[in-house]
Amino acid sequence: MPEPLIELNAVNKWFGSLHVLRDVNLTVDRGEVVVVIGPSGSGKSTLCRAVNRLETIDSGTIVFDGKPLPEEGRALARLRSEVGMVFQSFNLFAHLTILDNVTLGPIKVRGESKQAARERAMALLDRVGIGNQALKHPAQLSGGQQQRAAIARALAMQPKAMLFDEPTSALDPEMVGEVLDVMTSLAADGMTMIVVTHEMGFARHAARRVVFMADGELVEQASPAEFFGNPRSERARDFLSKVLQH
Amino acid sequence: MPIQPFVDGFLVTLQLCVLAAIGALVLGALIAALRVSPIAPLRAVGTAYVTVFRNIPLTVVIFFAAFGLPELGMTHADFLKIPVLSEILTQLKMDVPFFRFAVIALVTYTAAFVCEAFRAGINAVSPGQAEAARSLGLTFTQNLRFVVFPQAWKYAIVPLGSVIIAMLKNSALAGALGGVSGDLFGTVDTLISSSTVESAATTLEAFIGVSIGYLIMTVPLGLFLDRVEKKRAMAR
Repeated sequence: MPEPLIELNAVNKWFGSLHVLRDVNLTVDRGEVVVVIGPSGSGKSTLCRAVNRLETIDSGTIVFDGKPLPEEGRALARLRSEVGMVFQSFNLFAHLTILDNVTLGPIKVRGESKQAARERAMALLDRVGIGNQALKHPAQLSGGQQQRAAIARALAMQPKAMLFDEPTSALDPEMVGEVLDVMTSLAADGMTMIVVTHEMGFARHAARRVVFMADGELVEQASPAEFFGNPRSERARDFLSKVLQH
Repeated sequence: MPIQPFVDGFLVTLQLCVLAAIGALVLGALIAALRVSPIAPLRAVGTAYVTVFRNIPLTVVIFFAAFGLPELGMTHADFLKIPVLSEILTQLKMDVPFFRFAVIALVTYTAAFVCEAFRAGINAVSPGQAEAARSLGLTFTQNLRFVVFPQAWKYAIVPLGSVIIAMLKNSALAGALGGVSGDLFGTVDTLISSSTVESAATTLEAFIGVSIGYLIMTVPLGLFLDRVEKKRAMAR
């Protein structure tokens, strides 16, 4: 039995009177790719962001790599350095070149030499296909290129897991593919991933497990084949009929 | 009419304001950092500082520095005998307590406004930037230093410039209240008291001369800010 990397136990969160996470239990094994889908406002982004404590939770526990999430402070910063995060709006540092975006973490957080950080950054940028953009600023790149740079930035920290919060939702349709390709190859390399997305194709072919959320509840989880072929809950059937009929 | 008193006064005011501006920018940045800190007590300290110094008159701050601090046993501003600073002041022939008190008063008062200008700049940086920095494992200070401040100052520079221009003008108050002897505004007093017969004309001339002295400092600063603003508008 593989040891789980991420464990959420009875997690609850409220935004004021809005109950956005209701008793969520989720376990992600090492090397597993879990895709979280569900209607807007179902709490899936909040769930994703709670794993590295960008959102705090009101009750329950989240355990990463055998240790409960620390409170604010250095311990939390260390944990975050081990969890890569990719945002819907890329959030590349606007004042830095792509290369400096990728090397900032390794140099300042890990204390790596500039030389070593730069070499690995270049290798990563080549891997995501934008090595030739390294000296440009984020605003000079297309959305797809920016998101691939953001993935390289997260990978430069050599994280134990990667969180993707709707990584393709802000992209023009023709750029979605290039980002999903990078994510698929990461998944194939055995990276532990939690992916919040509306890309049903990606969920079908890259996920080990699909998690369906609605109204803050984790409604069902199953293998992609099972989930898409034979959803058990009414809400999942309803959701799928809406997103798949076109 | 002699020009030398104006030049002397101009130089004193310039020195006073350069030192006070540096001090206010540093202190203001620190207080801004406190005000955006994730630790609630630090935020409270920052907020309290701004609330106090933004809301009491500068006149009171200057009087307090010049007459209140000596009463606390700081007549010679011994607590300000910082090695490098003392040397600079001696070099400037400005190593007199009142000059230091004027600097203290201007720095503490202006820092509150500097803080608010910085904070407006910080708030103008999209929250996603700080979030991305946090998710990489940068600590709060690293986040401010490497990600937020380098972007915030571009939004803050024009309001900061206005704060510094206001400070330059406020420095006249320190002269008028005896906080500094011999600054630009003090020149009026020097000239008028030394004049004998044609004092009416001298008063007018002295005030015009002093005004020109202030304009020489403030107008170029304003023009510089206009240029920065235009440049930024183009870069956008």
